[in-house]
Amino acid sequence: MKLPDLTELALRNLRESVLRNSLTTVGISVGVASLVAMLSLGIGLQQLASRRLVKSGLFDTVVVTSRRDLRNFNREEERGGPAPGESRILNETSRQEIERLPGVLEAYPDIRFATELRFEDKPHLTMVSALPASAKSNDAFEGMQGSFFSSDSAPEAILQKSFAEELLGKTPKPGDDEINVAQLAAPLLGKELTMRYAQREETPTPEPTRKAADMPADIVSPTGAAYSVISREQNLKIVGIADLDPESMRGPTRARVFLPLKLAESLHVMQPTDLREISSANSGQTLYSSISVRVKNPSQVQTIEDAVKKMGFSAFSILDATRSLRQFFAVLDLFLGIFGSLALAVASIGIVNTLVMAILERRREIGIMKAIGASDGDVKKLFFAEAGAMGILGGIVGVALGWAIGQAINFGTNIYLKRQALPPEHFWAVPWWLVAFAVLFAFFVSLVSGLYPAGRAARLDPVQALRYE
Amino acid sequence: MTVPAATSNSKGTVAIRTENLHRHYAMGESLIRAVNGVSIEVSAGQFVALLGSSGSGKSSILNLLAGLDRPTSGSVTVQDKNLAQLSREDLARYRRHSVGMVFQSFNLISGMSILENVELPLRFAEVEREQRARRSREALERVGLAARMNHRPSELSGGEQQRTALARALINRPQLLLADEPTGNLDSHTGTEIMNLIREFNQQMGMTVVMVTHERALAERYAQRMIFLADGKLVDDHANAPSTEQAQDALQGRRA
Repeated sequence: MKLPDLTELALRNLRESVLRNSLTTVGISVGVASLVAMLSLGIGLQQLASRRLVKSGLFDTVVVTSRRDLRNFNREEERGGPAPGESRILNETSRQEIERLPGVLEAYPDIRFATELRFEDKPHLTMVSALPASAKSNDAFEGMQGSFFSSDSAPEAILQKSFAEELLGKTPKPGDDEINVAQLAAPLLGKELTMRYAQREETPTPEPTRKAADMPADIVSPTGAAYSVISREQNLKIVGIADLDPESMRGPTRARVFLPLKLAESLHVMQPTDLREISSANSGQTLYSSISVRVKNPSQVQTIEDAVKKMGFSAFSILDATRSLRQFFAVLDLFLGIFGSLALAVASIGIVNTLVMAILERRREIGIMKAIGASDGDVKKLFFAEAGAMGILGGIVGVALGWAIGQAINFGTNIYLKRQALPPEHFWAVPWWLVAFAVLFAFFVSLVSGLYPAGRAARLDPVQALRYE
Repeated sequence: MTVPAATSNSKGTVAIRTENLHRHYAMGESLIRAVNGVSIEVSAGQFVALLGSSGSGKSSILNLLAGLDRPTSGSVTVQDKNLAQLSREDLARYRRHSVGMVFQSFNLISGMSILENVELPLRFAEVEREQRARRSREALERVGLAARMNHRPSELSGGEQQRTALARALINRPQLLLADEPTGNLDSHTGTEIMNLIREFNQQMGMTVVMVTHERALAERYAQRMIFLADGKLVDDHANAPSTEQAQDALQGRRA
């Protein structure tokens, strides 16, 4: 029998005992709904976590350090690379070299130092970090009050929320409600800060012995390069208050005050790494403690990381950290999927039951069909088609139901989040592949459930079936 | 014997041959020999009545001829096909294309309109949709039910239901019509209508007809040959000269 006829007859038969078949289909729907609900929760949570990581601005970032740097992040990774002797220092030349790698968006030095900032004549000691202009579009600064730096070398500063609290003397006690960023921003935006810092100045004539004798404040490398340290001040205008969670701060955002990158570079601030990194190879260039490399596409992170390591640097990316996160979610999805499938398994028993009942009821009909020329295969296919139709129907209704449940829970949770003064989150995701998978899975499970009833119907002896009244 | 105007080209050739046919059933401890060594030959275009009391084995033979059942031993050859040796798939094909069946209880599918019932064998034969509709309508016209084709079987009288069953039996243009007590559930008037239709098929289309009945009068009126069975064995087999049309009409007139 041809497929359209088969489908037509199957649907007709399903309509004949509409209540029973509807109930069976509802059973499948509930099973599919629970599967979809479980899996979409898993996927949604995973997406939420990934989104958070991307927002941190590090998902597409490789941090490059010199191998001579004792602060290397993960020395485990080093073993495959070149010997320490071949390792290289980080300066402008190497930065440009890295920036030329295919797939690299930009490479900028990480400038971070501790210094003293005076606000209304009170000194505050904190970490200062430089931000490239690209950080504006990048995310971590959403929810920021005020504006981003007007230019890459403007004498401006963005404050982290907790530092703003400190300046205003509003440090909250633990357990208190957090202070609104807007409240903090109002009295601070446009005000001046004075940053006191130590400037490093290259000594024009590198005469090691004489310098060491004459100027005790100078620092002299064993190989002869030298510079002096001069105390400087820089006025900064507060342009923004960033709503950053201090706990989640990493990389370039691991500071409480931010300066534009060009400005920070021009200041030649003495950095803690300077003491160690002076070398004869440094031909008057500033040394960088680390360079952040932004990659065009997160999928290229591994490639860039490898390329940078081959060049003789250390490299680290958040990708290493997300690998275990993805593993966790794979296991979570598996478990959620298994629990979700339980309901579908119960529903599939419902299909078996319904179809076996249908065989008993339609015994005579099966006999008639065989008498007028139906083959065993025709009868089998007919029952399969009925099972499959219930599966597809149940699958479609189930996906809709699962989606609705997800929306409802999402809605309810967001009401709760709102009451807790937290931003709403979309942690429920039903991707298209899940919709297709759920319907196909329901169809497949139904066909498997139809195996036994269909086989039994096909084997029915027509003589017996026709005698049966 | 005088054979009325049968138009079949294959008239005279052997349509059905059974040789030492046996069909035994195990019923609990005991073995029931429903068919116990029956050898018959039916030539093409013949109208044969199988007579006997219930349990004589006449329905069992019909089922064997229809390819719904397989013999325990012996052979059933219909149109040069030994049904005992066909696969289940081939038997289904044989039923689909070579045999039409009508039953005492009509055996229409209650959930379908009579048009759909008539069309059903064509679905199994994978005939195109347009052709199916046309042929089903023609078959229903042939039995005089064109006006009621969208009705369900339960909305029809017994005679109309049996005519639907006849239309269904004709739809694949088989050479063999098997009728199991076709008038058993009908009053004598509608029974006569049905029997006249069956005789028409036999005479005008040259179909070989094997009819099971326990009414000797019916067999005498319509069949060219009567085979008597008892306890699964053939007890008598003789030709019969069916009454003429005029005599039948006179008979009907008297009854009416």
